[in-house]
Amino acid sequence: MKARLPWILFAIWVLALAATPWVASNYIVKIATFLAMYGAIALSWNFIGGFTGYPSFATAAFVGLGSYSGALLQNAGMFLPVAWLGGALIVAAFAAVIGLMILRMKGHYFAIGSIAIVEVLSQLASSWSGLTGGGEGLNVKFLPGGPDFIGRVFLYTMLVIMLLAFIATVLVDRGRLGFGLRCIQQNEDAADMVGIDVTRYKIYAFVLSAVFCGAIGAAYASWVAYISPTDSFSILLTLKAPVMVLLGGPGTVFGPVVGSALFVLMEETIWAKFLDYNQGVLGLVIVILIFFLPGGLLRVRFNRVRFKKRAA
Amino acid sequence: MEYGQVIANGLMLGALYACIAVGFSLVWGVLNVINMMHGAFIILGGYLAFFAWLHLKINPFVMMLPVAMLMFLLGYLIQYGIINRVIMRPVLTTLTLTFGLDMILYNAMNIAFSATPRRVVLDLGRIDIGGVIMSLDRVAAMVLALALTGLLYLILRTSRTGRAIVAVRMDRDAAALMGIKVNKVYAITFGLGAFMAGACGALVSVVFPITTSVTGLFLGKAFVICVIGGLGTVPGALVGGLALGLIESFAGHWWGPQNAILIGFVIMLVLLVVRPTGLMGKKGYE
Repeated sequence: MKARLPWILFAIWVLALAATPWVASNYIVKIATFLAMYGAIALSWNFIGGFTGYPSFATAAFVGLGSYSGALLQNAGMFLPVAWLGGALIVAAFAAVIGLMILRMKGHYFAIGSIAIVEVLSQLASSWSGLTGGGEGLNVKFLPGGPDFIGRVFLYTMLVIMLLAFIATVLVDRGRLGFGLRCIQQNEDAADMVGIDVTRYKIYAFVLSAVFCGAIGAAYASWVAYISPTDSFSILLTLKAPVMVLLGGPGTVFGPVVGSALFVLMEETIWAKFLDYNQGVLGLVIVILIFFLPGGLLRVRFNRVRFKKRAA
Repeated sequence: MEYGQVIANGLMLGALYACIAVGFSLVWGVLNVINMMHGAFIILGGYLAFFAWLHLKINPFVMMLPVAMLMFLLGYLIQYGIINRVIMRPVLTTLTLTFGLDMILYNAMNIAFSATPRRVVLDLGRIDIGGVIMSLDRVAAMVLALALTGLLYLILRTSRTGRAIVAVRMDRDAAALMGIKVNKVYAITFGLGAFMAGACGALVSVVFPITTSVTGLFLGKAFVICVIGGLGTVPGALVGGLALGLIESFAGHWWGPQNAILIGFVIMLVLLVVRPTGLMGKKGYE
């Protein structure tokens, strides 16, 4: 009975997000869309950072590459969902190739390699102006149909991507792949020794962490109808992904959803009031998180917290 | 003679880069911590030197040491009070922590100083060596950067504290058994990293405009240099810095300066894959 509770809560959460266009204002719909979007990004990062324990900072590279591929495909006249799917596939292929290169590194080297990929793509996007429009950015065709319709289209698109990422998480968590990835996280050499094909497993995890980000990026580009190198390859986004997962609980199924939801709500409520101090407050949240919630919210044993209080 | 100028510019840039990277490399090699604050430390040092020059008319070259001392104190306290508590946790934790601290520092500097680019103008004149023209303030910055790098090398080689740092780098547990207070050595090492960053900042303020928006740029350079030269050694940082200076200078000459950064990062990625220990690095440090 107890194990079923998170599933019911998750279903309620998804239904609540899906219901917003009928009961709430466009502003709330926008927040719901962001909740779904960041949920998908956090779930994606969880594959490589949570299950496998590789500190990837490549999230912005995947989202940005997805934005640009999706936008270019869409501007070439492709039907929207096809362009999004194309964006996701391009990013997945890119992640497979890059993964083959950088997943051989460990620890800091991997972290730096993944940050460098964001930087290289961002520089490429701003200097290859014939294709990407350079620093001036790229305009994407605006979707006709009025703000209400557009709001719904993108809310449901993001929700579908988040659900797909969630289903993938559940499958990985229960399957062979998840077991292998957890082994790699605990001790890669030992995992190799007992017959896990570590290179292949790590590339699977890396591609899984990329493909949904690519779809999110492509859909986001159509939503905002304008992309630029600095926005698309934002180094802040690359940091937000691990922070959201750390907030919820890395390596768990529901942690990324909880963490990203809390994070977006905090961003909308608290930080909107401190525009000048936005980055500083995020930094402070990170520091507090690391010191007081090292395993994430879902790893806190609430029954024990209550017991301590009663004793005191 | 065209290339003489390119090489001279590259070496000058390279000496500054070596000085930027050597503190970063030391912290990474000894503490196994990537200090994401390094770029912000450099800019903070630059600001301190700039305001001393603007209000008190003190030459930044003179201000270099006092600024560096202040930064040492700041670095020591940050390591002793904050980072030491999580030093044994996985890479992601320490990296994210310094990233968070960097955002706080960055935000604070943005509010305190605003993002307007500022630059110290010394105008010491220029010299002409066989057709290669260099301004004297840049030459002075280059010489001081090399001297600082040499100073750090001497500290690590000859002083008691320096030997302790090297010992902790080689084997933390064995060093602790020999009676070295590891936490204190960590704090001193981090302080030394900040010291070098602050001193570099004072030098950079003479050569480049100081603004908060370039912190990431300097940090990126430090990454690239560490990967090119190898980790945790002074000669590695020196070789990496000079190499990057020359690479950027030539890349800027041939393909335009806007592509110089890109080429640096691409070289780093290739080296990471081909030779992750760097040109001068030894095996065995993660």
